[in-house]
Amino acid sequence: MERTEIRISGFGGQGIVLMGYIIGKAAAIYDNKNATLTQSYGPEARGGACSAQVIVAAEKISYPILVAPDILITMSQAAYNTYRVGLKPNGILLYDNMLVKLTADETAKSFNIPAKNIAKDLGRQIIANMVMLGFLVKITAVVSQQAMEQAIAASVPPEFLDLNLEAFKRGLAYQQA
Amino acid sequence: MLDRNKNRALTGVHFMNGDCACAEGALMAGCTFFAGYPITPATEIAERMAQRLPSVGGIFIQMEDEIASMNAILGAAWAGAKSMTATSGPGFSLMMENLGLGLVTETPCVLVDVQRGGPSTGLPTSVGQADMMQARWGSHGDYEIIALAPESPQECFDLAIKAFELSEKYRMPVLIMMDEVIGHMNEKVIIPEASTVKPYPRRLPTVPPDQYLPYHPGTDGIAEMAIAGQGYAVHVTGLTHNEKGYPEINSRAQAEMVQRIVQKIRLNTKQIIMLEEDQLENAEIVVVSYGISARIAQLSIQQARNEGIKVGLLRLITVWPFPEEYVQNLAAKVKGLIVPEINMGQMVREVERCSHGKTQVIGVSHPGGGLHTPEMILDAIRRAKE
Amino acid sequence: MTEPSVSENVVPQKQPTHPMDSWLRQDRLPHIWCPGCGIGIAFSATIAAIKESDFPREKISIVSGIGCSSRAAGYLNIDSFHTTHGRAIPFATGLKLANPDLKVFLFAGDGDLFSIGGNHFIHAARRNMDLTIICINNYIYGMTGGQFSPGTPMGAMSSTSPYGNQDTPFNLPHLAEAAGAAFVARWTTAHVRQLKKAISTAFQKRGFTFVEVISPCPTVYGRRNKQPFGIQMMKTLLETSQINHNARGHEWDILLDKPVVLGNFIDRERETFVERQKAFQEHMETYLSEKEIKGGTYGD
Repeated sequence: MERTEIRISGFGGQGIVLMGYIIGKAAAIYDNKNATLTQSYGPEARGGACSAQVIVAAEKISYPILVAPDILITMSQAAYNTYRVGLKPNGILLYDNMLVKLTADETAKSFNIPAKNIAKDLGRQIIANMVMLGFLVKITAVVSQQAMEQAIAASVPPEFLDLNLEAFKRGLAYQQA
Repeated sequence: MLDRNKNRALTGVHFMNGDCACAEGALMAGCTFFAGYPITPATEIAERMAQRLPSVGGIFIQMEDEIASMNAILGAAWAGAKSMTATSGPGFSLMMENLGLGLVTETPCVLVDVQRGGPSTGLPTSVGQADMMQARWGSHGDYEIIALAPESPQECFDLAIKAFELSEKYRMPVLIMMDEVIGHMNEKVIIPEASTVKPYPRRLPTVPPDQYLPYHPGTDGIAEMAIAGQGYAVHVTGLTHNEKGYPEINSRAQAEMVQRIVQKIRLNTKQIIMLEEDQLENAEIVVVSYGISARIAQLSIQQARNEGIKVGLLRLITVWPFPEEYVQNLAAKVKGLIVPEINMGQMVREVERCSHGKTQVIGVSHPGGGLHTPEMILDAIRRAKE
Repeated sequence: MTEPSVSENVVPQKQPTHPMDSWLRQDRLPHIWCPGCGIGIAFSATIAAIKESDFPREKISIVSGIGCSSRAAGYLNIDSFHTTHGRAIPFATGLKLANPDLKVFLFAGDGDLFSIGGNHFIHAARRNMDLTIICINNYIYGMTGGQFSPGTPMGAMSSTSPYGNQDTPFNLPHLAEAAGAAFVARWTTAHVRQLKKAISTAFQKRGFTFVEVISPCPTVYGRRNKQPFGIQMMKTLLETSQINHNARGHEWDILLDKPVVLGNFIDRERETFVERQKAFQEHMETYLSEKEIKGGTYGD
């Protein structure tokens, strides 16, 4: 049974849950698979480690909670420190190398992108999450590029759509140094 | 112009959480009145209703507490509206007294409990299923209740529609027993066109005011309901009352009234109860569960089947009334019944009661704050096999 | 005129009808109120005020809670809702909002409205919810046998204050005013004309309107407070009260050794909840017509 577990992590305010929502929507609606999105709830609205969990599968997802993520996306040091431990052996780690420093003994298949800096170049730091979504499609193909673009279009304010898609494409085209 | 009828349905394929799906189901069913009070993890239902009700010409009011919310939906129902409130454990407790008022005055409405960990404030942001017995017995006195337990956001939508139908049909409050995981989890939800779901009509009086008796049961045991403002001068009281609705404080009136509100459910259990059977044909062991627990049990069942154990699933979509006869028959045929639930053993008592000792019943309890691991349920299946 | 028939001469004369008969559920009488109780006086003042109003009878609903006063809902021959203790206001709120064409009023006691139901009272007043509240303040929980209530004056005897009430009572007009009521009056059952007029005004006025009715309970309050007869209590109410429409705030306090101040104290205009709701719905009608109907945070 094909089942991909993804954890997206960072701090509150980075648009972590929106990333999870867009991945889930892309998979469930536009790739016509099944997807679940759950999020870690705490009383704090800003700051603090924040995580969204997405499961993508061809069949019905009976167990909607992560067992061990196949993919971990982290966009803050605190989130990396907190959530790295759950990653599957040989799992994929995507991270923002401007925000996260890996430990010396990191064994995951790691891929980095300066998402925050790319977003800054585009004029808005807040769209670093879209850059990361592009990078996710490039590295893992867990959802199709077309589905992700459709999901982004359906989820962000229309006036910022072009900017968000541009950020997504930057991530998609990024060549790791 | 607003097309209020069309706006009942947000037609399309969505990636939606269970709370929102429940609200959308209510709107589809014709709900035009929501009264509530913020509480995690049910707040999203109120938020969704606040946003969506204006498009169907409905009313949203945030009350001062859950007691007020429950009463407001009863009042709205007597003015003819399809009404709903949603809450979680602490608020559910506060609503209990007036759930009783709704039951004894036979008032159609829908009450949603998105269960979290308890007792008391407990785990506001985490899952629980420990209000199941409260759903059945939480208000004082004797009554029967209808409670539905969805296992997915899609089913939150579908069962909200069903809940309104049942509430009108049997003239009573109906409970939707959700849980935090289902409420907060996003998943695919398909919403059809508004024209595919007709709001279930109120059973208004078919006789003029001078012949009308508000609590005189029809042939199916349910009385027609006059609403305020129609000249029926209806009297509604929480006191024990006769067919006229007038207080009558004696054991004969009590017997008539209590038997009527109990029998209208007991005599109709077959029509009310909804179950999902999965791989039961040759099953030696059956997992009996509901809501999120039934859903995760499917993974354990899969694993057990891979090990060659003949195991199936009985999912209670309707948890109350409990399918007594069904479980009784099942118990006579199988080696064991496994009951996983996120509480210290509630519905398992019903399964045990109805099994009459004919098979072993193994509860798999979880105190809440998380879900069972598939292994916990698998272990119980293996134990039953031995 | 034709000669009366023989049979009519034989049959005893029917009891003459009372002008209020059609407003009462005859088959529910006699009522439960004790001899000397003031509730009946307030009740007939209320019926007289309703009769005078121009609301069609089938559009009027009475909602009550639990207690002696709340039994009124069972006697009035209109749509009537006798709810749980303290919960008449939220029930009435739902009833009114789901059908704004209804005139919804409450008839309940001081314990019901201000102790167990106190929170609902202040919130309905805050919203200026379109409800008329008639509160029978008899200084006591009557139905349960005479325990002190939030209306019991300090020092008064009751079954749960056998050495004199240690609690301070609510100043109900002050509370209603502070919470936002549009109309606030206080009368006693010994001031029937003024009371009926005040209820009439409260009934016709838009928004949240409140009439406190000081009413004798000889059976369980008077008996413990040296006034065991209703007539005696009525006399006291007349003798020790002062009418002063211009009184304000703490002048409305009820103290055993001070006269009770009566009057129509507050009469002001505030946009009501139903008016706001109507305006909101009209606004939304236009606003949403131009928009795609959407749901949640991400527009799903």
